Amino acid sequence: MIYFTRFFKLGIGLAVAALISGCATSHNPADPFEGYNRAMFKFNDKVDQVALKPAATVYKNVLPSFVQTGIGNFFGNLGDIWTAVNNLLQGKLEEGMSDVGRVTINTFAGLGGVIDVASDAGLPKHREDFGQTLGKWGVKPGPYVVLPLLGSSTLRDTVALPVDISADPWVYVYPVNIRNTGIGARALDQRAGVLDASTMIEEASLDKYEFVRDAYLQRRQSLIHENGVKQSGGEEVNPASGDWETVESAPDKLSSNNTVNSSNLVNRDSTSPEATSDAVPAQQQSASQGMSSKTKPD
Amino acid sequence: MNILKKILAVAIAFGALSFAASASAAIEPPDALIKRISQEVLDSAKSDTGIQKGNRNRIRALVEAKIIPYVDFQRMTALAAGRYWRTATPEQQQRLSKEFRDLLIHTYSGALTEIRDQKLQMRPLRATPSATEVIVYTRVIQPGREPIELNYRLEKLEDGWKIYDVNVLGAWLVETYKGTFASEISKSGIDGLIKTLADKNRKLASGPVNSRK
Repeated sequence: MIYFTRFFKLGIGLAVAALISGCATSHNPADPFEGYNRAMFKFNDKVDQVALKPAATVYKNVLPSFVQTGIGNFFGNLGDIWTAVNNLLQGKLEEGMSDVGRVTINTFAGLGGVIDVASDAGLPKHREDFGQTLGKWGVKPGPYVVLPLLGSSTLRDTVALPVDISADPWVYVYPVNIRNTGIGARALDQRAGVLDASTMIEEASLDKYEFVRDAYLQRRQSLIHENGVKQSGGEEVNPASGDWETVESAPDKLSSNNTVNSSNLVNRDSTSPEATSDAVPAQQQSASQGMSSKTKPD
Repeated sequence: MNILKKILAVAIAFGALSFAASASAAIEPPDALIKRISQEVLDSAKSDTGIQKGNRNRIRALVEAKIIPYVDFQRMTALAAGRYWRTATPEQQQRLSKEFRDLLIHTYSGALTEIRDQKLQMRPLRATPSATEVIVYTRVIQPGREPIELNYRLEKLEDGWKIYDVNVLGAWLVETYKGTFASEISKSGIDGLIKTLADKNRKLASGPVNSRK
């Protein structure tokens, strides 16, 4: 019993110390666990460097691209089932039904999902998980959390993760060695898809941890709040609606076709309202100094 | 004398007219501007094998001609530095803007070498004509992949619209650098941040433009 209370006290002491040191290094209120997160980020980065990234590079360079596309499409199709459920849970009927259509078309007309015929048929891919659904329902993201091997997350999304995992059809595949091979292939395919992007992060960031965190939190926000961003003209702009016009190589007149047609949209493009509201005062504050120095060429 | 006066008046009137005409023609609408420079950059990058192979001079020339004139790096840097910007001397502000600009140009140059069969789509701008700040929404379509959202914040200055923030896949550039800038500055001051950026730029400059290949 005495040992127990001693351990307990020691535990409290350590927790307090961790909190204090955490506060000392943390500048971002969304990241109270920065000390732990940085350590885990470093670990993940190391694993990526020595194992995942080299393997994904081989995957990308060795496998014919149609095989890679097939693998990506196959697992993408399985993922679309859960995306459909989440879109419906979020009340986005149009997107949800489009996803149901995607799975149906790709499974039966696309050789079990290997060929993404639905995208060509005008049903674009969406990506929704249970964390986004909770966010839509009003659950706040909570602190930023770096998960072992899985990387950036938030407390809310970590809580939602077991639901996502149990909703992944592939985890029920038997025998286990096929299941594990599939999980490995999917991980490689996903890593291979962001090889260029990860090099760019490497180049662009001063502090990779902060860069990834701050970009991730914004992106997550923008995925959940697909509602509008206010233009300074006063008009509400909803990035998820409106026609997309393809810019051709030959210069032509910019059309101003304002017909709303959201069915052929990928519904993920949105700017974070938080980022916007946060950026605005800073703009105003710097506008006065900005003006005086604007005549100066860089 | 009278005739001379008349000629002079007519000349001045014409001068004023043509000046007014050129001034209004110079202000290109923000969406047209984004469309034009995107198009020019895409076309150049697709047709120029030197750029695709990572020829530093060719990339630099393209960026300097097509991009830099339309970006307000000073404001971009001021926003990223946030409240610290006011504490910097004009000289520090200038050096910070320069280093930040070089870092962004390097990153952008790497992306340029990736352009092959991408296509650009944009949404028609719906802002009032009196607006001085707008967001232009575009996305890059690449075969077999999800589109990449690419949005621009622009401000209207006397010499035209200027880009001062870019959003890639939902994350604003300024916002993403803000945290890093703040912690660098609070750790080692404005000069420390300038030095970190300069070191980073030197390291990047010694490597290939595109370290991906």
